[in-house]
Amino acid sequence: MNSWIKTLSRTLYLDLSRKQFWIEERDDLFSKWLGGTGVAIQLYREESSRRADPLGPENVVVFAIGPLTGVFPMASKVVSVFKSPLNGYVTESHAGGRAATAIRYAGYGAIVIKGSSDMPVYIVIDEEKVRFRDAGALWGMRSSETVGKVLREAMPGAGYRTIMRIGRAGEKLVRFSNLTVETYRHFGRMGLGAVFGSKKLKALVIIGRKGFKLPNPRAYREVYREIYELTKGPATRKYHDLGTAANIIPLDKLGALPTRNFSSGRFDGAREISGEKLAEDNLSRRLACTACPVACIHLAAIREEYEDEKYFYKTEFVPYDHEPIYALGSNLGISDRYGLLKLIKVVEDEGLDSISTGVVLSWATEAFERELISIKDTLVELRWGNWRNYVKAVTYIVLQPNEFYATLALGVEEAALKYGGVDFALAFNRVEPAGYHTGPLYHSSLAIGFRHSHLDAGAYSIDQSLVASGTPVPSPEEAAKMIIEEESWRQILNSMVVCLFARGAYSKNIVEKALKALGYEIDESRLVELGKQIYLEKHAVKLSEGFEPEKMRIPKRVLETPTPLGNIPEEYVRKVVRHYIKLVREYIEKVGSSNEVFREIDSTSAT
Amino acid sequence: MKRFVVVDSNRCVGCHLCVYACTNRFGYVGVSKSAIHVRSAGGVERGFAVIVCRACRDPPCARACPVDALALRPGGGVILNTSKCIGCGFCVNACDIGAVMWDSEFMKPVICTHCGYCVSFCPHGVIALEEVT
Repeated sequence: MNSWIKTLSRTLYLDLSRKQFWIEERDDLFSKWLGGTGVAIQLYREESSRRADPLGPENVVVFAIGPLTGVFPMASKVVSVFKSPLNGYVTESHAGGRAATAIRYAGYGAIVIKGSSDMPVYIVIDEEKVRFRDAGALWGMRSSETVGKVLREAMPGAGYRTIMRIGRAGEKLVRFSNLTVETYRHFGRMGLGAVFGSKKLKALVIIGRKGFKLPNPRAYREVYREIYELTKGPATRKYHDLGTAANIIPLDKLGALPTRNFSSGRFDGAREISGEKLAEDNLSRRLACTACPVACIHLAAIREEYEDEKYFYKTEFVPYDHEPIYALGSNLGISDRYGLLKLIKVVEDEGLDSISTGVVLSWATEAFERELISIKDTLVELRWGNWRNYVKAVTYIVLQPNEFYATLALGVEEAALKYGGVDFALAFNRVEPAGYHTGPLYHSSLAIGFRHSHLDAGAYSIDQSLVASGTPVPSPEEAAKMIIEEESWRQILNSMVVCLFARGAYSKNIVEKALKALGYEIDESRLVELGKQIYLEKHAVKLSEGFEPEKMRIPKRVLETPTPLGNIPEEYVRKVVRHYIKLVREYIEKVGSSNEVFREIDSTSAT
Repeated sequence: MKRFVVVDSNRCVGCHLCVYACTNRFGYVGVSKSAIHVRSAGGVERGFAVIVCRACRDPPCARACPVDALALRPGGGVILNTSKCIGCGFCVNACDIGAVMWDSEFMKPVICTHCGYCVSFCPHGVIALEEVT
């Protein structure tokens, strides 16, 4: 085994029930599965059980980084794997900020969190110690930003640490609450905040100031320089200039910007909430995750005068990205930029996933319009564009003052099952969709993706290239192959772990070179094979937990609203799903019964 | 003679590529050997503080060293003689801007030598080398 793996394979186990921790050398996993998602799914399987309650002590949260973390540019992400409280199946969520490098330079490759505490705690981890601390004073704080401020002041290691924390939403077990890192980045989707909340774990502070000796500094510097030039080149320029908000206008022009609960792909106010307009009028600062030259994080400043006193102002900072602009902007008919930013701000402070929050509210608005629910339920009038009332509704989702909001806090699927309006409740496998209405490949990829994210396979991009080149839509079988092939390769990128905005820079050849410079003996073809295997391992675990994709509801609204590639036939998505099921089931057959899949797979060994 | 300067810390996006570049000079990765440090100026929305030796002409760190391990560098700042250094850490306390870093593996200070290696890895024009007379 190469020496690099030794520096990566220390795995920290935290047991919240017993307030204990221990460290294990897991070079068995890191040499076989590289790191990141490849390792995290194995640790999850070892520690979880098929029937674990997502909000019970038996659910586990695994964080993992990879061999390139903090070593090459844009290898800046942490993978988390856990069972989602939205749908009860294993899932994955990524975040940037300083989290990945802090874990790496605290000396760990993975962290496994088990059990649950009987009192609110936070945990502080550095190069030498692990401390459980009383979070009584932090629990219930109105804004997750304040929690960050307090811990920032109280903890050492400024610059080299991550402060992960949940907001009130996580404490209140809102199923789509997130885990915030460094104030403006998130493990956004799938409800990791609620899992932390159920464990009474308010925050995780990780301080990492170590360094590691390189096995071959000369080879390393050469590859480093090459990757650095690629990552700051034209491929990432638009993310530096306008951030992900650069997508709003092109998607709107294409008719693929989800608007007013996906009833249209065009928004008359798109220009007002575009990346261009936000940059011109509101952008105050751009930030980067550690080791990233791109700096895609865009912060707007909003100045607000207090109602009770003239000339008494405050200035707040709000991160904006494509997804919150879609979910809380076009999807709610909000074109008032100030209102949109205020709404994003409250979603941030409460610690909610902006995508799910926006989709839950757009369903509620339509249900209100159709009189399936009344003001007695909603407490405020929910009307397209009325951001002031949406701001109030967001807080109600968190505080759950009545049965209606307690139901909304479970996600759009539960709400629609109870109050009606299933046909316009946007969710695949009970998870609200990200902001693209590009065509059949994208929506099919949501149906079968592991993260339930547009980033699973980037199929919104495949749809758009079909439109641009005038190529006919591929058969569902072809589409399934394209989606799965892309998602499989991304397993390698997610095991390194590199940001997917750098996927153009990290070609197969570059990944091979980067690994070789660190002493790994692996080539492109082996990487591709391993990517497929990691893909199958993950989905086999999910199916073993009882995931039945054949029973999935395909939201009617998605099929009815035309995409740039026309209307999507339901049967198209179903065929993609069937292809996926067949592939994963064949793998399960090959490696043993589904029970064994979950507990132990003795799969072919990776070098 | 050249001196390392922070041109405009408001251009800093906090990517730490300078920090990694500095550590790389010694055949390491990470932050433990870096002579430059970047942290938020009280929350990232306020931007960043870039902390590094500013090449004092009469450096307090050198005056604090009990074993003369810090020799004056032409153009400002100091050169560390690691053979002389006993690792007492007085220099760290003597620097009011916090630019004497500490290598806790070797128990010696890390101070910028104004070589400028990190400058070529700053994507946003925050840092530079300038000629001094």
